[in-house]
Amino acid sequence: MQNLNSQDDPYLLSRQSLDKNPSEDISEKIVGVILFACALVSVLTTFGIVIIIFQETFGFFQEVSFAQFFLDTKWTPLFADRHFGVWPLINGTFLTTAIAMAVAIPLGLSSAIYLSEYAQPKVAAVLRPAVELLAGIPTVVYGYFALLFVTPLLRNIIPLEIFNALSAGLMMGVMITPTVGSISLDAIKAVPRSLREGSYALGITKLETIFKVVLPAALSGIIASIILGISRAVGETMTVLIAAGLQPKLTVNFAESIETMTAYMAQISGGDSPRGSLNFKTLYAVGAVLFLITLALNIVSYWIANRFKEKYD
Amino acid sequence: MATSYQPNSSLDSTAEFTDNVESRETLGKVFEVIFLLGLLIGLFILALLLFDIFKDGLGRFLSPGFLTETPSRFADQGGIRPAIISSVLLGTVVILVTVPIGVGAALYLEEYAPKAWWTAIIEINISNLAGVPSIVYGLLGLGVFNYLLGFGPALISGALTLSLLSLPVIIVTSREAIRAVPDSLRNASYGLGVTKWRTISSHVIPYAIPGILTGVIISVSRAIGDAASLIVVGAVGFLTFDPGLFQRFMALPIQIYSYITRPEPGFAGAAAATIIALLLLILALNGVAIYIRQRFSIR
Repeated sequence: MQNLNSQDDPYLLSRQSLDKNPSEDISEKIVGVILFACALVSVLTTFGIVIIIFQETFGFFQEVSFAQFFLDTKWTPLFADRHFGVWPLINGTFLTTAIAMAVAIPLGLSSAIYLSEYAQPKVAAVLRPAVELLAGIPTVVYGYFALLFVTPLLRNIIPLEIFNALSAGLMMGVMITPTVGSISLDAIKAVPRSLREGSYALGITKLETIFKVVLPAALSGIIASIILGISRAVGETMTVLIAAGLQPKLTVNFAESIETMTAYMAQISGGDSPRGSLNFKTLYAVGAVLFLITLALNIVSYWIANRFKEKYD
Repeated sequence: MATSYQPNSSLDSTAEFTDNVESRETLGKVFEVIFLLGLLIGLFILALLLFDIFKDGLGRFLSPGFLTETPSRFADQGGIRPAIISSVLLGTVVILVTVPIGVGAALYLEEYAPKAWWTAIIEINISNLAGVPSIVYGLLGLGVFNYLLGFGPALISGALTLSLLSLPVIIVTSREAIRAVPDSLRNASYGLGVTKWRTISSHVIPYAIPGILTGVIISVSRAIGDAASLIVVGAVGFLTFDPGLFQRFMALPIQIYSYITRPEPGFAGAAAATIIALLLLILALNGVAIYIRQRFSIR
């Protein structure tokens, strides 16, 4: 605040504020360019991702045909009998994602409804950040908990393999709950009070108002939050790598060990596949599929959230 | 709200409509409990998780040398010093790289950017980047820092990868902090003939600093907890020396992963102990953020 002007001479000060100071003019322009360059870094990052992934993926498809990749039902690039069918990995990804969303949607939505419609503001101010702590726990910790706590616990009840889709999916769901909850909460809070009061005035109970007035009005935000949650689950790596196993399979049996796209990528990175080898290129081919799926989900979520945003403004 | 409406039976001669207010209200109470349970389940699991980890790992965490020695082949010996040093170095580089670039980008978008199609593209691009999985950033880091710039699987490659990963979060939160600065502050400054950048540096940035710091801490905590991108870039699970910027490296989450995947029984305890160290590091970071935020807020 105090470094408005270094000169103390009142004459100079007034002259400077009235006249254009050319050196200051230039430095202002330089600052503008530097800040623009900062903003450009994000664009370059996107270009970098796209160029690098698709360059290597292009190399991959020169050795493996599209048909082998998208029509084969086996994924065994590390075996002597090589198959490059990506579906087992996609299957594993969506199996764990489905389990995760079966946890995250009810937990996230009830958190959002309780915090917005029932909780006293002071209670909500404590509980909301507490729930959001779940998102701040490193995912490797959820992997540890899934493998060494949840799986042994569940094995007392149902027969599970040591590595299984269920435990990993359950913990991933807990981790994603704040994503679904936070965005839904904002959407529910954006529903104007007048709508609720109109409903109460007709003698409708609070619960009926929530289900028949508030939630439908907030639906676009809720759907956007769910899609974003799916995207997070699809891209999550450490939990599934630790707890779900490394066995690419086409199965819906959540008790079995499976492999997700991300787990395969981590597995192949951990080994020593020399750059340029076909194994190395599978990393990028799978990465390209993962990137395109999450990109599509993010765009859809962004589009839904924005499309219906101004309905009540 | 719509509580005690009692239909007057004497007047209600044509009563075929039954409003069942009581049972509807009861159902409402039941669902209130269900919603509350839904909220509490997450917190219960969080408590259970922390309890389990402290139960498994506290003994090992407190054992002599765990924080100060290099890893050993035996679960009950050695320590995690290289992982701690790696994580602190990674976090430091992430802060040094992302704070100027992230705040700069946020300032540009809030204060300078004209409303045009290409600024809209930058904005959509940033929100999309925030949703790109960490392991995909790993592919980017591997391509750009390991190979293109020739750093190889060194700590600097991992640190720059984590920086790119953190950038969108810092930009988004900094923008919110900058947007929350009242316009009257800017106008008062412009009214005195102060130039744009001086207005920003002397008024806007100091006012927005608490919000910016919050974003920085959130994203640095995430970066320090991230393992997927570092696995791709080439972090190792076992290091017997203290890493430098251009040497092979590990990180606390990588150390945890490496311990979990060992078949011998004792390593689970070592993993839990390392988790305690990681959580304490993240907690310390957040503590610093809260402290700084409060200092800057009192003005």
